[in-house]
Amino acid sequence: MKEKDFRDNETLDLFKRTGGNFLMTSIDAVIDWGRSNSVWPLTFATSCCGIEMMATGASRHDFARFGIEVYRASPRQADVIVVAGTIVNKMAPVLKRLYDQMSEPRYVIAMGACAVSGGPFYYNSYHVVRGVDHVIPVDVYIPGCPPRPEALLYGIMQLQRKIKLESITRPEQTMILGKQ
Amino acid sequence: MDNETLKARILEIVPEAQQEENKQFLTLLLPAAKLHDLALKLKNSPELAFDFLFCLSGVDYIKQLAVVYHLRSTQHKHALVIKVKTDDRVNPNFDTVCDIWRTAEFHEREIYDMFGIRFNNHPDMRRIFLEEDWKGYPLRKDYIDEVNIVEF
Amino acid sequence: MKEIINLPVSNIEEEEYHINMGPQHPSTHGVLRLLVSLQGEMVRSLKPHCGYIHRGIEKMCEKDTYPQVIHLTDRIDYLSAHINNHAVCLLVEKALEVDVPERVRYIRTIMDELARIQSHQLWWSSFGMDLGGLTCFFYGLRDREMILDIWEETTGSRFLQSYNCPGGVMQDIHPNFQKKVHAFLKTFKKKIKDYDRILSGNVIFENRSQGVGILSKEDAISYGVTGPSGRGSGWSCDVRKTEPYSMYGKVQFNEVLRYECDTYSRYMVRMQEMHESMNIIEQLIDNIPEGEHSAKMKAVIKLPAGEYFQRVESARGELGLFVVSDGNKTPYRMKFRTPSFSNLSVLDHISRGMKIADLVAIGASLDLVIPDIDR
Repeated sequence: MKEKDFRDNETLDLFKRTGGNFLMTSIDAVIDWGRSNSVWPLTFATSCCGIEMMATGASRHDFARFGIEVYRASPRQADVIVVAGTIVNKMAPVLKRLYDQMSEPRYVIAMGACAVSGGPFYYNSYHVVRGVDHVIPVDVYIPGCPPRPEALLYGIMQLQRKIKLESITRPEQTMILGKQ
Repeated sequence: MDNETLKARILEIVPEAQQEENKQFLTLLLPAAKLHDLALKLKNSPELAFDFLFCLSGVDYIKQLAVVYHLRSTQHKHALVIKVKTDDRVNPNFDTVCDIWRTAEFHEREIYDMFGIRFNNHPDMRRIFLEEDWKGYPLRKDYIDEVNIVEF
Repeated sequence: MKEIINLPVSNIEEEEYHINMGPQHPSTHGVLRLLVSLQGEMVRSLKPHCGYIHRGIEKMCEKDTYPQVIHLTDRIDYLSAHINNHAVCLLVEKALEVDVPERVRYIRTIMDELARIQSHQLWWSSFGMDLGGLTCFFYGLRDREMILDIWEETTGSRFLQSYNCPGGVMQDIHPNFQKKVHAFLKTFKKKIKDYDRILSGNVIFENRSQGVGILSKEDAISYGVTGPSGRGSGWSCDVRKTEPYSMYGKVQFNEVLRYECDTYSRYMVRMQEMHESMNIIEQLIDNIPEGEHSAKMKAVIKLPAGEYFQRVESARGELGLFVVSDGNKTPYRMKFRTPSFSNLSVLDHISRGMKIADLVAIGASLDLVIPDIDR
């Protein structure tokens, strides 16, 4: 989603104008409001980006303001997994298992160049997964090495916006609309 | 102890040792069979007292595989580099020194992982970083991995 | 019913079972996996399994030129990125016999010490958090932001700056640099008293850390446990003192040594080191000489064939850099002797016989950075 669309609330309405009855859309609105404002992240950091993720959670940036309130140590209690750092071949099965253990609805943020594409370790490395999307589906990509906390906050707000497009009756449609 | 006395002292123990050129440290190339004996003496004799193994690395010289031991004495503040080489690329092995310097246990596992050099009498000779079923030894110069490596 | 009663009862006292800590575990500070054998609550032994963030940096270095290598060293130990850069630059300068300007030495030393303080702040935050004090997390990271601001102004990045380059630093310091460092020192001197009030004299904290994880000096040397962890066992292993580089030979500072050998002593060493680092910065910050911020280097850096070794004191201990050069612009072999790797090897030895809860405290007191272990 472009930044222009993000500022502009009409885009959101455009996505919502897809039919559906009055009752269901109202329920959707309530559920999405709740879901998007209580996205709990999993404590999962592999390298440098993890420190910036900690900085985002700490005093100055404080992403609890956006409802990303509590770090959960167990994937079973988490809604979003922020893949902060490089994923290597040995870690990939573990990451997949963590993702599988999370309960639906679950979201993935690929934070940093390594998680997006392998980043600085793309060339000449024998043990790096080139992009976490080879292992699990990703909702939001945040480039940077490492991204600033502001970038992570922006990514989180994009994720919240994406959650707001969901409908409990047609969960798969969100994905299609989001791509348009 | 300065480098000349140190060299003389070590040549007493191992006459076959050859000096290699190095500006920084006294570097000695040893026959592999004498490694463990010398290491034990380096650690235990009070005037040498090399008690700190501060770097242990493998090097692939294409023709030979080498292991380089950087030693320092915390008491006398002198340093020494020992090198052992082998021509055997299929089944290279040296004696372990992890009974003498405990830090060698992890470093030797790393060398085994990266170069395929086995260390005899090591308590836990497994790969340390890569998976157990990984094929090949990545830091060797002839390592080819068409699946994982994207050449720049 | 009788049969059930007569079943042989397994001897729970002697039964051993295994717990898998990690790779995703909040108190391992990354993706370290510890396979712990327990007897009841006592740790019998543990096996660290590394490699969950092994990125093959040593192999990549063989394909990169020396200035490119610097960017990779940032990512090995990201909390002392400046110091890692510094090691590569010192090695290249020593091999080429380049004399860097006085100003560069001053800037590098100040940056190193700032890196050490922010690394220790972050360690203090996570140490407190591991032992259950969430306040530490907020305090430590709040004060750390001040250093990141100083860096951002001068280097353009928050904490992976690649600010050092062979021959000097990338660009000159920002005009506000000295003023901001002074402001930081003034603030942090007050804040560090809060740190002491929260943890150092806290009874609960003392009970959890004193007498836990005893590491004798002989073991520290044998296992190669350097840095604050080694100095907590009374081993004088500070490279800044034993082999001074940059400005360390000319400034006055004490090497912090403690002799209790336990978790608390390693904690106190780091707390004292923050004071010493501030002391070093204070001596240098007002005296930065005028001049160039970089020596003239050739466009393509080629090291003469041979073997080189450079040691620096990173925030976690002794970082050794072993380079074999064949005269090309890329290193033939580059080995990083990272402090965390050696420090991890002692974890099994010092946590035997401790409670599993103590294992968290011991692990935190060694200040492990996992990419520093795996490279």
